[in-house]
Amino acid sequence: MGPAEREALLARRIRNTGAACLGLAAVMVGAAYASVPLYNLFCRVTGYDGTPLVGTTAPTEVLERTVIVRFDTNVASGLDWSFVSETPQIEAKIGETITTFFRVRNDGRRASTGIASYNVQPGQAGAYFVKLKCFCFDDQTLKPGEAMDFPVVFYVDPAIKADTTLDGLSTITLSYTYFTSRNGQPVETVSRESGKPKL
Amino acid sequence: MAHAAHAGHHDDHAHHTPTGWRRWLYSTNHKDIGTLYLLFSFMAGIIGGLLSIAMRMELQEPGLQIFSNPQTYNVFVTGHGLIMVFFLVMPALIGGFGNWFVPLMIGAPDMAFPRMNNISFWLTVSGFCLLIMSLFFEGAPGSYGFGGGWTVYPPLSTTGHPGPALDFGIFSLHLAGAASILGAINFITTILNMRAPGMTLHKMPLFAWSILVTAFLLLLALPVLAGAITMLLTDRNFGTTFFDPAGGGDPVLYQHLFWFFGHPEVYIMILPAFGIVSHIVSTFSKKPIFGYLGMAYAMVAIGVVGFVVWAHHMYTVGLSLQTQAYFVFATMVIAVPTGVKIFSWIATMWGGSIKFSAAMHWAVGFIFLFTVGGVTGVVLSNAGVDRYMHDTYYVVEHFPYVLSLGGVFMIFGGVYYWFPKMTGRIIPENIGILHFWVAFAGANILFFPMHFLGLAGMPRRYADYPDAFADWNRIVSFGAYLFFAGLGIFLYGIYKAYSSGVQAAANPWGPGATTLEWTLSSPPPFHQYETLPRIVDTEH
Repeated sequence: MGPAEREALLARRIRNTGAACLGLAAVMVGAAYASVPLYNLFCRVTGYDGTPLVGTTAPTEVLERTVIVRFDTNVASGLDWSFVSETPQIEAKIGETITTFFRVRNDGRRASTGIASYNVQPGQAGAYFVKLKCFCFDDQTLKPGEAMDFPVVFYVDPAIKADTTLDGLSTITLSYTYFTSRNGQPVETVSRESGKPKL
Repeated sequence: MAHAAHAGHHDDHAHHTPTGWRRWLYSTNHKDIGTLYLLFSFMAGIIGGLLSIAMRMELQEPGLQIFSNPQTYNVFVTGHGLIMVFFLVMPALIGGFGNWFVPLMIGAPDMAFPRMNNISFWLTVSGFCLLIMSLFFEGAPGSYGFGGGWTVYPPLSTTGHPGPALDFGIFSLHLAGAASILGAINFITTILNMRAPGMTLHKMPLFAWSILVTAFLLLLALPVLAGAITMLLTDRNFGTTFFDPAGGGDPVLYQHLFWFFGHPEVYIMILPAFGIVSHIVSTFSKKPIFGYLGMAYAMVAIGVVGFVVWAHHMYTVGLSLQTQAYFVFATMVIAVPTGVKIFSWIATMWGGSIKFSAAMHWAVGFIFLFTVGGVTGVVLSNAGVDRYMHDTYYVVEHFPYVLSLGGVFMIFGGVYYWFPKMTGRIIPENIGILHFWVAFAGANILFFPMHFLGLAGMPRRYADYPDAFADWNRIVSFGAYLFFAGLGIFLYGIYKAYSSGVQAAANPWGPGATTLEWTLSSPPPFHQYETLPRIVDTEH
């Protein structure tokens, strides 16, 4: 191999290595963006960190153990609504299907549209907190002074008894926050997750 | 790319030496670019250091002294952090010493992509200008600059700072990040393809190894930061809701993304320092480095494990018990390869013919102080302990003990070690040693009492504190002034080096200095290795 060929070989190897490195950097940018939907999917599937699961059927087993489920309601700044639960807390048997109501009222002078997000604390309990019916993540438009009642139907999954880290769990807090719905943002495309899911 | 690797057609115009401003602005010479990086980082370090001096003047006494608006104090904290990380330690260790000595050590004529090298440098400078500009634009309502800390967590960064200051900051990080990614590609390509004949990876000097591992960390970590801050930018300006719960986003996701970058970033800053220590210790002990392969692969291990420990910065966000247990364990595992390195440095000195030159003072000081910082890191890695320490001065102390006393000490160590090679001049040894003792005393007086403040519960990022913390804070401030004053000795040393006119020999350090750069003249010729060196059998 003459010097000219060696030069050409080296130039080609350098080009290939450089291109591979550039590709790796591009893949990592992609990975950063891919983490957003993957993270939401992960939380939705596993109920990680207070992302309540959405179920379709009631459980068959009801345990004697009870937990207190507290309801926390918030309205983000910028939305002139009031938002309360009909009862501050419920003592529920694990596995028992519970129905409770929340009331929102538009206290402002104009019609406005809000959207609720929710979260369960402590986070680990999210994996066992199953909602059968919920108003969350649907836009609600209220006229001035208009009020609406929304039901939430949920149960605490009896599978919780197998989770030893939650043996001492006496209270679960279900927290809702109403935000101003972002204009022009289709509700269906926003993520169904909320609150603070974590790995 | 055609000009890569001094390709044949490049040779006919490769031997003219540009002069004046063209030599620096258009520079494609790795040594000139390394010099530019070192000068730039020194200047940026002075600005970042002045910000921290202002912080310490504020904290010297309880109450508000020099900042009428505590938000401005937080702007200084943020600016100090970003400047020191992105515009002092990284440009100095990677851009400066990396550019200067990686090609010399592996026997390459220059970097693989010399023009990209030039772009990297000027992007870094542009990023720095944007960061300085951000200090003069409105951030939080009624104040200038961004005051949310170098971590830039939402929602404070998305809804708490409506002014354009943070947008400048984000663009600054984009440029600095792009510069570092290009630099990393350059280093990887150079090291993998342009080693001299006979220089296998397992014969490569440890500083080149450290830069290789660092470059891979940069390549994997920085794009994630770029993605995360771009999401912040669109959340702020274009109505996306990546981190906004109102649209189904999650602020904690930002923390995951940031620390996926942020934790490798601390190794990006410290690994090149590890490389420099190895060279200095080996040179002045007149022994090859103990356990060379173990040293190289310890750095690889630190790099790999560094990517799977990020959530130890986030114990308080509500991770499940098992997740916390994993991150505690994984974090503590890093102490093993780090311990291998500390052990090997000491074993290199053991039985060696040690010469306590100025550079050796800095290296030994580094080993001691880095160990102190490492031990506090193991303390903080415990999720239970971290609950108490989180966001206290204990964390504020841990970070500088490994990076200021680690990274910055080895910047000075590297300057004292390689200054004769880079300039052909000699900084008098006793000036370097005096600078070391002033800096060593100053840094310890500055950072050690922060342990006590942190354990007592003093939180970080406040311009004021209860009177009970006053005594230690005053001492800490005096330490900061002492450390800063040490820079005067450093500058005097450089003045003496040039005024005395003593010319350095090719190898001023004697038989211990075995790497290739010492075979060249001091300073090296503008273009080196016309004939590639052939490595037969080297000891490290």
